[in-house]
Amino acid sequence: MKKNYKSPIRIIILFFLVIFSVGVYLLVQSNNNWGYILPLRGKKIIAFIIISICSTIGTMTFQTMTENKILTPSIIGLDSLYVFFQTVIMALLGNGHALIRDKYFNFFLSTFLMVGASCLLYWIFFKKFPGRLYLLLMTGLIMGTFFRSFSSFLQVLMDPNEFDQLQSRLFASFNNIDTSLLFVTIITSLPVIVLLFKLSSVLDVLHLGRVNALQLGVNVDLLTFILFLLISILTAVSTALVGPVTFLGFLGANLSYRIFDTFQHKTLFIGGSLFTIVFVISGQIVIEHIFKFQTTLSVVLEFVGGLYFLIILLKERKQ
Amino acid sequence: MMEIKQLSKKYGQKKVVQDITVPIRKGEMTACIGPNGAGKSTLLEMVSKLIPSDTGEIYIDGGEIRTWKQNELAKRLSVLKQSNIMSMRLTIKELVSFGRFPYTKGRLNQHCYNVIEKSLNYMGLNELSNQYINTLSGGQLQRAMIAMVLAQDTDYILLDEPLNNLDMKYSVQMMKTMRGMVDDLGKTVITVIHDINFAAAYADNIIAMKEGKLFGSGTVDEMVTKEIIEELFEINIDIIEKESKKFVLYY
Repeated sequence: MKKNYKSPIRIIILFFLVIFSVGVYLLVQSNNNWGYILPLRGKKIIAFIIISICSTIGTMTFQTMTENKILTPSIIGLDSLYVFFQTVIMALLGNGHALIRDKYFNFFLSTFLMVGASCLLYWIFFKKFPGRLYLLLMTGLIMGTFFRSFSSFLQVLMDPNEFDQLQSRLFASFNNIDTSLLFVTIITSLPVIVLLFKLSSVLDVLHLGRVNALQLGVNVDLLTFILFLLISILTAVSTALVGPVTFLGFLGANLSYRIFDTFQHKTLFIGGSLFTIVFVISGQIVIEHIFKFQTTLSVVLEFVGGLYFLIILLKERKQ
Repeated sequence: MMEIKQLSKKYGQKKVVQDITVPIRKGEMTACIGPNGAGKSTLLEMVSKLIPSDTGEIYIDGGEIRTWKQNELAKRLSVLKQSNIMSMRLTIKELVSFGRFPYTKGRLNQHCYNVIEKSLNYMGLNELSNQYINTLSGGQLQRAMIAMVLAQDTDYILLDEPLNNLDMKYSVQMMKTMRGMVDDLGKTVITVIHDINFAAAYADNIIAMKEGKLFGSGTVDEMVTKEIIEELFEINIDIIEKESKKFVLYY
C-alpha cells in the first residue's frame, strides 16, 4: 500500500517549507534590528497563518457541502456584506463613532451580522424551500452584487476623509494587516477549526453526495446548517483581517486536491492549510523584497487565483 | 417486518403516491413494478427516509420511521439509488469502508475490516479493491456500491433500479447477488425493477403500482398473470411457463 505514505510525507515536506518560509520572512534584510523587526513581522506571520487556514478550510468545507469544486464562500456574498456594513456605518455614523473606533466591537458586530445573514439564507432555502442549494447560491450571488454596488454608491457620496479611512480598512491588504485583531480572530476561529476537524469524517461521508450521506445515517440538513455557520465565521475572520480575497481559498483548496490525492478532509485540511501558508508567505516575501511593495499580494493572489479558476473552468467544460 | 400504512406524498398539486398500505415480508425479496411515473421510486425514498412523507406511517421492526434517528435507521436499513459519485479520488475499498460509518463514525476496528473484506469478497471485488472508482465500468461501480451497502450490514436493503446501465450478463449477476443476499445472508431486499421477467424469475413478492396507487400486491404467482400485467401496463402480453417459471412476452 504505497499510497498510504504519500500524504504524510507531503505534509511533512510542506511543514518544513512553512518553517523555512517563516524563517526567511523573519530574517531576510533584518539588519540586526531584532527588537523592532521580530514583533512586527511576527504579528504579520501569525495573521498570514490565520488567513490561510481560515480561507482554505472554509473553502474546502463549502465545496464539499455544495458538491462543487469551483465555488468559494464569497459566492454567497458574505464578504460583500462585510464591505457594505463597514461602508454604511462610516457613511451614517461618521468617523468618530464608537463602532468605527472600537475594532473589537466592530469585529464582533460584523461577524455576528455575517452569521446572521447566513442563518437567514439557510432558513429561507432549507426550511421554507428545501433542497434548493443552487437557488440559495444564486440569491447569495445577487445579494453580493447588490451590496457591492450599494457600497460603491455610498462611497461616492462620502466625505473624502472618511472614504480614505474606509478604504484603508476595507483593503487592509497583506501589507498592512490589522494586527490589533489578531488575538480576537484567533479566539474566534480556533474553536471553529477544531470543530471542523472533529466533523472531518462526517464531511468525508457528505462528499459521497446527499443521498449516500443520508443513507449512511448523517443528518444532512442539520450538518449543512452547522457548516454554514462555521463557514461564515471563518469568512468573517479572514475578511476582517485582510479584506475580501476571493480566490485565495479557491487556489489553496484546488491545488491541495491535486497535491493530496485523497478524499480525507483531515489530510486535506492540514495539507491545504500548510500549502496556503507557504504560498502566502513566499508571495509576501517576493512582494516585499523583490517588488519593493510596488504591488500588493492580494492583487497577485487574485491574478493567479483568477487565472487558475479560468483554467479549471475550461478544463471542466472539456470533459 | 416492515409495514407501510396509508402512505401519501404530493409534489405541488400532483399526488405521486396515494394512500398505499402494504406489508413487506421479512427475509424475502420484494420487487416493486409498474409503469414509469407510478411513484415506485418515491415510495422507496419515503421508506428509506430520504424524503419525508406527507401522511401515513411506515413501521420498521415495530418502530415508526419518524421516531428512528437517522443514524440508528442506517444500521437497520440501507438504500442504494442511482447517483453519480463525485470525482474525488476514492478506491473501492475506501468506498466500501464508508458502509461502516453508522457504527464507527470513521474509526474502523477489526470487526469492520472483517466485514469490509467479506463484502468485497461477496461482490467479487477483491482484486479490484485498490482501484479508483473513477476508473471503473458501470457494472463494477454498481457492484462496489452494493458492497458498500453490504458492509453497512443492515437487515433491510432497498435498491432503486439496480439494473440500470447493466448489460445482460451483469443484470443476471446482479439479480443472483440480490437473491443470494436474501437466501444466504437473510436480508430483506426491496427493489424497483423495470424488467418484469427479472422480477418474476427472482423475486418472492411483487408490489404493483400505477399512477401513485397500489395496484396490487402478492406473491409472484399471484401477481404475474395475463390479466394483471395487461391492465397494469395497458399493453397486450403473453405469459409462457417454462420449467415452472413464468415469462412475460411483451413484444
